[in-house]
Formats: sequence, C-alpha cells, structure tokens
Amino acid sequence: MPEILERHTIMHSPLHASGPIHAPEDVERGRLHTEEMVLNIGPQHPSTHGVLRLEVVLDGEVVVDVIPHLGYLHRCFEKHTEHMTYPQVIPYVDRMDYIAAMSGEHGYVTAVERMMNIEVPEKVEYIRVLFAELQRIASHMIAIGTFGMDSGAFTPFLYCFRDRETILEMFEKTCGARFLYNYMWVGGLSHDLHPEVLPMCREFLKTSRATHKEINDLLTFNHIFRQRTAGIGVLDAEVAVNGGASGPMLRSCGVKWDIRKNDPYSIYDRFDFEVAVGSNTLATLGDAFNRHWVRMQEWEQSLNIIEQILEQYPRDDTTDVQSAIPKRLRPPEGEIYSRTETPRGELGYYIVSKGDVKPWRVKVRSPAFSNLSLLPIISRGYLIADLIVSLGSIDIVLGEVDR
Amino acid sequence: MGFLDHLELPVLPSDKTGEGNIIVTSLDTLFDWSRLSSLWQMSFGLACCAIEMMSTSASHYDIMRFGVIPRPSPRQSDVIIISGTVTLKMATRIKMLYEQMADPKYVISMGNCSNCGGPYWEYGYHVLKGVDRVIPVDVYVPGCPPRPEALLEGLMKLQEKIRSQNHDDADDADSQD
Amino acid sequence: MSHSEIIEKLRTAFGDKLGAWRESNSENAYQRRMGSYLEIAEPSAIRDLAFFLRDEPTLAFDSLLLISSLDNGDGSLSVIYHLESTKHAHQLILKATLPAEVPSVPSVTSIWLHANWQEREAWDMMGIRFEGHPDHRRILLDDDYPGHPLRKDFKEPDFYHGMKVPY
Repeated sequence: MPEILERHTIMHSPLHASGPIHAPEDVERGRLHTEEMVLNIGPQHPSTHGVLRLEVVLDGEVVVDVIPHLGYLHRCFEKHTEHMTYPQVIPYVDRMDYIAAMSGEHGYVTAVERMMNIEVPEKVEYIRVLFAELQRIASHMIAIGTFGMDSGAFTPFLYCFRDRETILEMFEKTCGARFLYNYMWVGGLSHDLHPEVLPMCREFLKTSRATHKEINDLLTFNHIFRQRTAGIGVLDAEVAVNGGASGPMLRSCGVKWDIRKNDPYSIYDRFDFEVAVGSNTLATLGDAFNRHWVRMQEWEQSLNIIEQILEQYPRDDTTDVQSAIPKRLRPPEGEIYSRTETPRGELGYYIVSKGDVKPWRVKVRSPAFSNLSLLPIISRGYLIADLIVSLGSIDIVLGEVDR
Repeated sequence: MGFLDHLELPVLPSDKTGEGNIIVTSLDTLFDWSRLSSLWQMSFGLACCAIEMMSTSASHYDIMRFGVIPRPSPRQSDVIIISGTVTLKMATRIKMLYEQMADPKYVISMGNCSNCGGPYWEYGYHVLKGVDRVIPVDVYVPGCPPRPEALLEGLMKLQEKIRSQNHDDADDADSQD
Repeated sequence: MSHSEIIEKLRTAFGDKLGAWRESNSENAYQRRMGSYLEIAEPSAIRDLAFFLRDEPTLAFDSLLLISSLDNGDGSLSVIYHLESTKHAHQLILKATLPAEVPSVPSVTSIWLHANWQEREAWDMMGIRFEGHPDHRRILLDDDYPGHPLRKDFKEPDFYHGMKVPY
C-alpha cells in the first residue's frame, strides 16, 4: 500500500477550539500524555530499497517504535534448492542478492567445494577474487548512490551508476551477462577471463580512484550530508555483535571483524589490505555516517586488492578453467556451515547433504536480514526523517532479506 | 517519433511571418501524441529487474529522453513497470496501486518473473505466475533480467501501441480496465 | 579453545542433558571444524545451556550466527544453533531434534538478540514453536498462509485469496 496515514485518534491541536491547550513545559517534563500515531511506509516506497513495509509508531515527529514487515519478495529460495541439483542452484543464488551476484556465487561454490574437498586451480581463484572485489565496488556504488539519494543528493547516484557500467561491461565481456551471471561453477568457471578485461581493469583503477575522490568531495565531506547523517542511528558495538550485525554495519561500530581476515577463504590471505572500521573523529562510532564511511574505505581497499591481483595474475597460465569441475557432483553425506564476506556482511550457507545430487537442505544466513533486524533499535528516539537515513545506511537488498 | 512524422494531412508550408504555421489534425491524434511523448512512470521497483530499471534511468541509458519521468505517486503516473517477481503477498498491493492510477494507464511487464513466473514457475509456492493474473498487461519484456535496451524497446512498443489506438469506441479509455 | 575442551567443559556442567558429539569425518579441515555438531538430548535445557555458553568467560559465545531448522524426513525436526565467540575465535554447533507433532524449544531471544527474527523464520518455514518468544508471529508469509512450506510433506494451496498458485 502507498503511504497511508492512519490515525488512531484525532490529535488535539492547540489551534482546535475544543482541544486542550497545554504549556510547552508540560510536554517537556512528560506530564502531558501525547497521542501516538501509526504511519505505514511501503511496500511501494519512493526510496530505492525494494518492497519493505515499515509500521512506524510516532509521537509527533519522534519515532517511538518501528515494526518491519517482510516477505513481499519471498521467492522460496530454500524450497527451490531442495528440488535442484547443486549446479542448478547457482542461478537462484544470483537472484538472491541480486546487487552482488558474484559475491553470492563465490560463497555458494566455496561451500560446495569444501564439502567435496575440491582444489581449484590458482588461476580460477585469482579470477574469482578479482570479480568478487569488482562486484564489491559495484555494490557499494549502488549503496552509496542510493544512500545519497535518501539524504537528498542526486548527483552521486548518477556518477556511481556511470562507473558501475564499466564493471558490468567487464563481466559482460567475460561471461555474457550484465547482471546475473551464473559464472562461478563448482570447481571452476563458466568462461575464461576475456583478454580485454585486465587492460580494462587497469584503466578502471585510475578512473575509479578519481571517482572515489570526487564522491568524497561531493558527498562524504559535504557539510549538509554530514549534518544529515552524523550521530544518526547510533548502534553500540556490543549490541551489534549480540544482534548478529555483520559487514559495514558491524565494522562501523569499531569492531574489526571481516571474514576475509578472520576466517580466510579462497586466496585472500595473499593480499595486503586493511579492514575498514568506523572513525571516532569524523562522527560517532556506529552511526549512519560511519556506515557510509566504511563503504567508502572498502571501495578503496578493494581497488588495492585489484591492483595486487593485476600484479600477481598468472598471465602465462593456460589452465582450462573448467578442468577441476567434477563429472559427478555428489557431496558425501554430512553438513557444513560455510561463510564468506559479501558487500553486506557475512553470508553463510548451511548445507545438509544426504549423498544425493540434490541438497537435502540449504539454509542461508543472509546478512541483510540480520542487519535489518536491528533497524528498530537504531531508529527509536530519532526523528521520522532520520528513519529513512538509518534505513538507507543499512544497505538492504530485499531479495536477500526475504529470499 | 516526432509529431509531424505521423500526420495524415499535409503540413501547410510556413512563411517567414509564421502566420501560415498551421497544422491540421484530429484531436485524438494530438492527444495520443502527447500521451506517448510524456509517459510518466510510477517509480516502483520489485526485485532484480528494478536495478536494471534504475540503470535505464541513470546516466548511460537515460530513459528521460523518451519523456519518461519517475513519479512517486500512482495518481500522477501513466505507466507502471512491473519490474520483478510478484509474490502472493505483493499481488494485492499491485492491484490496488494499479486501481489508483488515473486513466489512461498502461502496464509494462518487465522480466520473465512478472511475465510468467520465470525461474520460480514450478516450485514457487509464494510466487504469482505472471502479473497478468491480477492486472492487464500492455507490453511484455522478456529476459532475466532484460537489458536496459530491451526495456527501452518495450517502451517504444508501448508508444507504438498508443499511437495506433482505436478511437472508434467513445468509451475507449474506460474499457481498458 | 578446541572442540574437545569445550565439550569437556559442557559435560561437567550439564552431564547427560547433552547428547553425542558428531564429529565430521570429512577430508576437508574447514568442514571438520564447521560441520561437527553436539546433539542436545534434552531440548528444554537449551536456555540454561545458552546462558552458560554466553556468560562463561572461557567460552564467551557472544555471537549467534544462525538458527536453522531442518526436516529430517523421518517424522522429526531439528533446530541447529551456530555459535561463535568473537573474542576467542572458536565456533560451536548445537543440534536439538524434536518430534514433528509438537516441535517446541525454549526461545533464546533474551540471550542473543539475533535469535528474534531467526526463530520467527523457523516458525514460519518449519512450524517450530519457541516458548517464551516475545513476538511469536510469522515473518515472511502472511498470517493466513496454510502450512509451513519447508516441511517435506508440504503441499502448496491451489488458490490463495482468489489467485491461482500453481502454474
């Protein structure tokens, strides 16, 4: 439903003839009982975060409580996995976190490879990490651009989408798809790296560093943006860990926790990069600004990783990228919880195999789902306008929240 | 797609004073032309296709050159792009949004999910197999997700449809419901 | 702390409320770490166990990664808890098996905030009750949706609110 204003009771206004008139100090001291109002936001909402409905209880402009209603995009992922073979699940994984499809695939194939104990060729690992990091930048670009739009800045959105097209072009050259790839397969890749991608990457490093600086100047250090986001939606580090936050949401609280460092997978241990955390000097730890700031830093760190990949990439390696793909994909009986770091946080797959070609059960720990569950905590007591900023700073993807 | 290209009557040549700059046409053609040239779109994204729709309206593909401007309210919009999977929970809301739009209104179904259920057609216990089960659709754009070019093509097809509308029936606009 | 030390500590505190330790025999080291689980013989003890796991300083499982539900296909359901300590960097997986007729376990929402939505999802998808949950509603599907879809015997409805569901 579009925003429908529901009033439980008609509020007494001082201008209303029959309404009681109170002195402002009564309101301040809490002697006056004010009426609460329920406002529905969504599922059709002008901001760009998909179909989420928020039931907001308001006391004037102040948010008393937020009750998120999910499921408007529940596409039965977990039921589908029980009917598909292991490789057939990969396209559905794409459609789960559709903004960062490569990262989702990377997590899934890593999980199945661990179950089958497959060693993938070095070249494949390099291509995977390269694409996962490019995808991280593309995803953060959408997050930063739409977050800018939520807080009133339109230009960064256009800049981010312009640069994102370059990344999509590299993906398209390699695997033919712009957006949902089905590129990483269990044990290999669907296509070898296109020869033009590495030169494009080198070019992209230059332009992206320039854009990064530009976005910082336009948005991050913009006085209006700082005023709009600093100190808004503050999340305590202990609550964040207890509440299951991960990714930029957790790191913005000052917790140095990144699966790429803390539980390394693929070949992330070969690269030198910093885990971005929130800054105490720019704004309050754990607020909306710091979540944005962590994404900006991660963008830069991903560029650093890509630079190292370009140096280390085995150019003369002519290994077939499909050479390690098993003929029969039938993991032995057992179960695993395997996790990777996507742009939104810790994406975990809990897979139960009964030795069949189809998984018995695939349960996803979706980072956006867990992060969104903290929205009521970070928006209580702030103004209704800050609620939109808080929601935008979490960077949810409804496909992954609802699955 | 200019107005002058599709007139049935010859345009009188203009002179330097501009007095001869007269176009003779039927009111219907004029209305159709203005409708198809400013299709205001309801900004409404559902799933993966919504991101491609955002790409279409962003810098590279620039849907605004077709006169498409995103509007946040159904009351002000002419076309609704169903961009993504329609779930059972969302279907009633989509119907309500569609009913809130003012006539004449058009529907573009973008992507396989809203065309027929897409990859969720078999085991999707919570997926509506095609948005045309709840609202009428004018143009179907296939793809999973369709490229921005495909969406633009769908939009041009819709413009073509509006241009060739049949106005014999006086209640044409109402009969679209 | 290694798995065996954790188990030993738990056994001294809880005794036979715990079940067998199922060690994964995978060749992969990661799966041996993240695929072995401890069975819980008495599911009603989960709450006390969870308090102990979180508050005992040497264990300090401050983060609940995931609550999964599982239909074993033999008339029983399982609830799986994935725990991690960010301080000590060790993980533990607990599994409680319940009968499918009256699946019910105590809620751990008061111990880990993250459990709130995870348990609601398990209720929605698998129909497992969590006693003491503060907001025990369905989360993804509508309240009037028939059945719990991830059970193996689930049949999708033919019509829902007048809309045909099968293709």
